[in-house]
Amino acid sequence: MQEALLEVKQLKKHFPIEGGVLKQQVGTVKAVDGVTFTLHKGETFGLVGESGCGKSTTGRMLMRLLEPSEGEVLFDGKEMISLSKNEMRHLRKDIQMVFQDPFASLNPRHTVEKIIEEPLIVHKLGNKAERKKRVKELLEIVGLSSYHAKRYPHQFSGGQRQRIGIARALAVNPKLIIADEPVSALDVSIQAQVLNLLEDLQKELGLTYLFIAHDLGVVRHISDRVGVMYLGRIVEMADSEKLYLNSKHPYTQALLSAVPVPDPEYGKDRIILTGDVPSPSNPPSGCPFHTRCPKAMDVCSSVVPEFREIEPGHHTACHLYEEDHV
Amino acid sequence: MEQPVLNVSKLKTHFFTDDGEIPAVDSVDFHINKGEVLGIVGESGSGKSVTSLSIMQLIQAPGKVVGGEITYKGENLLTKSEKEMRKIRGNEIGMIFQEPMTSLNPVFRIGNQLIEGIRIHKKWNKKKAWEHAISILKLVGLPRAEELMNEYPHQLSGGMRQRVMIAMAMACDPEVLIADEPTTALDVTIQAQILELMKKLNRETNTSIILITHDLGVVAEICDRIVVMYSGKIVEQGNTKDIFQQPKHPYTIGLIESVPDVRVRKDRLYSIPGNVPKPGSIHKGCHFAPRCSFAFDKCFEEDPVLLDAGSNQQARCWLHEDEKKAAVLERVNS
Ligand SMILES: Nc1ncnc2c1ncn2[C@@H]1O[C@H](COP(=O)(O)OP(=O)(O)OP(=O)(O)O)[C@@H](O)[C@H]1O
Ligand SMILES: Nc1ncnc2c1ncn2[C@@H]1O[C@H](COP(=O)(O)OP(=O)(O)OP(=O)(O)O)[C@@H](O)[C@H]1O
Ligand code: SF4
Ligand code: SF4
Ligand SMILES: [Mg+2]
Ligand SMILES: [Mg+2]
Repeated sequence: MQEALLEVKQLKKHFPIEGGVLKQQVGTVKAVDGVTFTLHKGETFGLVGESGCGKSTTGRMLMRLLEPSEGEVLFDGKEMISLSKNEMRHLRKDIQMVFQDPFASLNPRHTVEKIIEEPLIVHKLGNKAERKKRVKELLEIVGLSSYHAKRYPHQFSGGQRQRIGIARALAVNPKLIIADEPVSALDVSIQAQVLNLLEDLQKELGLTYLFIAHDLGVVRHISDRVGVMYLGRIVEMADSEKLYLNSKHPYTQALLSAVPVPDPEYGKDRIILTGDVPSPSNPPSGCPFHTRCPKAMDVCSSVVPEFREIEPGHHTACHLYEEDHV
Repeated sequence: MEQPVLNVSKLKTHFFTDDGEIPAVDSVDFHINKGEVLGIVGESGSGKSVTSLSIMQLIQAPGKVVGGEITYKGENLLTKSEKEMRKIRGNEIGMIFQEPMTSLNPVFRIGNQLIEGIRIHKKWNKKKAWEHAISILKLVGLPRAEELMNEYPHQLSGGMRQRVMIAMAMACDPEVLIADEPTTALDVTIQAQILELMKKLNRETNTSIILITHDLGVVAEICDRIVVMYSGKIVEQGNTKDIFQQPKHPYTIGLIESVPDVRVRKDRLYSIPGNVPKPGSIHKGCHFAPRCSFAFDKCFEEDPVLLDAGSNQQARCWLHEDEKKAAVLERVNS
């Protein structure tokens, strides 16, 4: 039995929409609306879905950069949502984040050494000499050299900056890394370098990854298990191979069929979805996908399908797989 | 042989910056035939957008087209006045820009923006132009076309705005449509809709399309022919099928291998070592040599020329001077 590192239960984030001169609440953005999943030690869990479906909001709540509206998160068995900022500090060391935009997330006025050293200072680890030694070690781990330590972020290419971001995340020996679109801003040839680096680090250091991305090819490559999000919910979750070869939810099927494949000979039946993704401030009734679903039935517009295990390890929320419809 | 609609030859566009002269487009040659879909692929900074802006003569200081010819229907566009170019833009050659908001004005209604070009180029009255605009919005698959005419750009979703941009570029039936990363900012399910639409327009109106993208999947999906750019130069060109089956330039080979595939999981991704060079930073030899695993002495001495590499394919690589040398690539490809 695999050991759980992080258990997320019915996590929600509702943002108030304020309007009018009195700044009254005129609505709610249900950015994340009841997300449940478990990360096992040493695995990579991929979270995919289209723009605005709530991937980053989920990641930010797990980092406690955002306070959840509802739900439970257990880290190493300990409930962490109720922890105070102070109590949270110890846990912070164990959970680190890598961001999409390597440029925006690095202070342009600090040297690389200072950037990587910062988390060590925050967590009061080592003396000055030990920290310097650790920075050099980290630079080498991520494929840079110790002579890079004195340079500034703008002197690096996008791929190198992402390596610096990874080095900073690794500085305090975290157990879990939440990577939010870590390769989306990179060129194809550089993206492959960073993905390989993340895989190597995981093997060497036994890291657990929550890998957030919209690129389905990248997610398939890196993930052991995958959750597909739509409008603030996970609609399907399974082992990566199962999900890609035998997806059950009509949204996953459409999403996978929409990805252009780098092979002109590959003929495929594409499911072209009509319409746009509905707004999370005004989500459809019943199944949130029913407005675009090619397989929608009468029941779909009124009853919310339950997220259930339909085969061992394979979960989905769709009325097609409920007993009375099969 | 049929005459290409548009022919670009030895195009050079340089930027004159404080750091010196940057050859962003460095002697680029390509053509596009009637009804063809040509893909220009390459990584960030390789010169794709600058190439297309040069064709439209929209390069702004500190940039300047410093050499070459752009022949459209037998005439060199580079000798045209701004007034003559204004007639050609939109009317003859339409363009969808990489930054959608730069071409949609946020303070004007969609309808007014659409009919402006139609009225200028077609010399139609307002009513006729309005009706034509509605029919184009319907052609690009937008619902509620009549109502949309009275709405503002910010009222539309990203996918809808992109359709409006395509409608705008298609409104005067251009011979050539240049689309710079038309789907990059969109979700895959919306991208699939837009690519379907472009295929349909190409089929039904026989418009030639130059599609600029860094996404090899998109290229494979809709292009007949491909030009691969690296560091301001074309490094490979040929038919889409041939390039994907038998890429002839080490960079193209690496690029195709680096892409994670949704259909199969590769054990480990192939990755090209090093970084993409800034244009102008390499002064001698092949620009790809510092990253190329096939590089030999000559590569560091002399900049290669585009060489025939079989089946209508050309590659800027010294390996193709000699069949025996080129054979190494065959082994990698299989
Ligand atoms: N601070 C906020 N206030 C109000 N709404 C917000 C806020 N932050 C995010 N949202 C909304 O929540 C939804 C989910 O946003 P989120 O950034 O999590 O999406 P995402 O899946 O990461 O998308 P992307 O792929 O574009 O990064 C969006 O509709 C967004 O507009
Ligand atoms: N305004 C400018 N000033 C100086 N140099 C410029 C300017 N615009 C472009 N360049 C140079 O031209 C090169 C090519 O830029 P271009 O925009 O054509 O790249 P691209 O291939 O379209 O990249 P992307 O995929 O990022 O859109 C850049 O590397 C840059 O060096
Ligand atoms: S529940 Fe109905 S609408 Fe939702 S995905 Fe399943 S079939 Fe489609
Ligand atoms: S010319 Fe030499 S360095 Fe350049 S791509 Fe060919 S083999 Fe590689
Ligand atoms: Mg996000
Ligand atoms: Mg560009």
